[in-house]
Amino acid sequence: MSDIISDFYSTKLLKYVTNPKNMGKIKNPDGESIVGNPTCGDLMKYYVTIEKKNGEEYIKDIKFQTLGCGAAIATSSILTVMVKGKKVKDALKISKKAIAKALGGLPPVKMHCSVLAEDALKKAIENYRKKKK
Amino acid sequence: MKNIYLDNAATTQVDKEVVKEINKYFTLEYGNPSEFHRLGINAKKALLLARENISKFLNAKKDEVYFTSSATESINLSHKGLIEAIITEGKIKKPHVITSSVEHKAVLETLNHLKKENKISISLIPVNKFGKIDLASFKRLINVDTVLVSIMYANNEVGTIEPIKEVGEYLRKINKKRKNKIYFHTDATQAINYLDCNVEKLNVDMLSFSGHKIHAPKGVGVLYVRDNTPIVRQIDGGNQEKGLRAGTENVPYIVGISKAISLIGKEKDRVHEISKLRDRLIKGILKIKGTLLTGDPDERIPSIASFIVKGIEGESMVLLLSQKGIYVSSGSACTSDKLTPSHVLKSMGIDAILSHSSIRFSLGKDTTSSDIDYVLEVFPKIVSNLREMSPIKI
Repeated sequence: MSDIISDFYSTKLLKYVTNPKNMGKIKNPDGESIVGNPTCGDLMKYYVTIEKKNGEEYIKDIKFQTLGCGAAIATSSILTVMVKGKKVKDALKISKKAIAKALGGLPPVKMHCSVLAEDALKKAIENYRKKKK
Repeated sequence: MKNIYLDNAATTQVDKEVVKEINKYFTLEYGNPSEFHRLGINAKKALLLARENISKFLNAKKDEVYFTSSATESINLSHKGLIEAIITEGKIKKPHVITSSVEHKAVLETLNHLKKENKISISLIPVNKFGKIDLASFKRLINVDTVLVSIMYANNEVGTIEPIKEVGEYLRKINKKRKNKIYFHTDATQAINYLDCNVEKLNVDMLSFSGHKIHAPKGVGVLYVRDNTPIVRQIDGGNQEKGLRAGTENVPYIVGISKAISLIGKEKDRVHEISKLRDRLIKGILKIKGTLLTGDPDERIPSIASFIVKGIEGESMVLLLSQKGIYVSSGSACTSDKLTPSHVLKSMGIDAILSHSSIRFSLGKDTTSSDIDYVLEVFPKIVSNLREMSPIKI
């Protein structure tokens, strides 16, 4: 992606801002997390339910709530789409770069938003493991 | 799709009549005003007429008006030029400059530059919660080395009108008894469209504004400099602009900014009409739960309606309004390159979290009543959608 294009939001990203997928709450989630970005004041919350099949953990459902800019909303939403139904161990391997790429790129100044999403997912899984113990 | 432009404080559409004037000087009267053939003389005449027209608007003498590329350049020239002249004169070792904490970056960064070079010291006048400067604090900040006071006429983020006339009157009074004069500059970029910019009434020595906020193109600005104000030019070269700003004059755009100034004079009802629309917009938006008006409730320019919408980030509002064909602006950190919250809102005592939720609608002469209806229909829905999306409830 050229530098000129990456200075702006992609059409795909804007679609996720207008119609974010998996937005909302899950009642009685197996794990939840809330992370904030002190730089810009964004807040991101994830809810997950986990199911086990053949000894493997899968993300059965995932929802998000975000207070933040377009990039924060879009990254939190697309990550839910990327991991829903996936094995937990695979979901945890998704990098901030992959999240940005899935949205058709992020402006450099907004890369920290994808870090926030990655972080929020990890913390929600950690919360699930803690609860399980 | 709708196309409702409510970002006139950022820039404006160039008026068709302005375009018509400009085009003539692009293709027919394209001479260099420094040349003595017919085309050169015609260009020089156009330059003179523009200068005269703008000087009349400001109630200035015609040779007190200088053309630049922008208000930012005007401010760089006035501030750096004055300080250089005063330092060269040698009477004051380290000149002192007073400005307000809510100025545009053009003023703050120009002064910071001079401070970093150890050429000046700066004092900032604090503002109240509406963004208005405190006159008593201002008076206390003046000392023997004060040479320049620079205060904006109207604030670009919240629209608050600053007491320029009062400051000018006070400086005029104390200057009579001072050994060294305090020069007074005002950044009139947001004011020029709506407020009285008579330099005699305001008692200002320098005044800056740009074309693109008044329906002329980007790339042209004006600096008014009162006679006998010491200024050293900052762009060296030829003898244009009476030696104060080198570089071939941008005749088409200068003709354009002059035309735009004439149009302001012609449309006297503009202020009243826009104020009425703005008040209706403010009333409508304040009906939404968790909103508050930023800036002075009464003493604000007609064009600006600015708010905090609690529990929502500004950029997301801008994006969703844009999807509906409404174009506005936000002072949220997320919309700035450096991710820093607005220094204006901060100075007004609005914390970083709240300034995250700021939004500015800026009206113009083309804003209609049905535009306001549409905004008031669409915006509350966007606010409730975004609040539903947020993990915290207000």
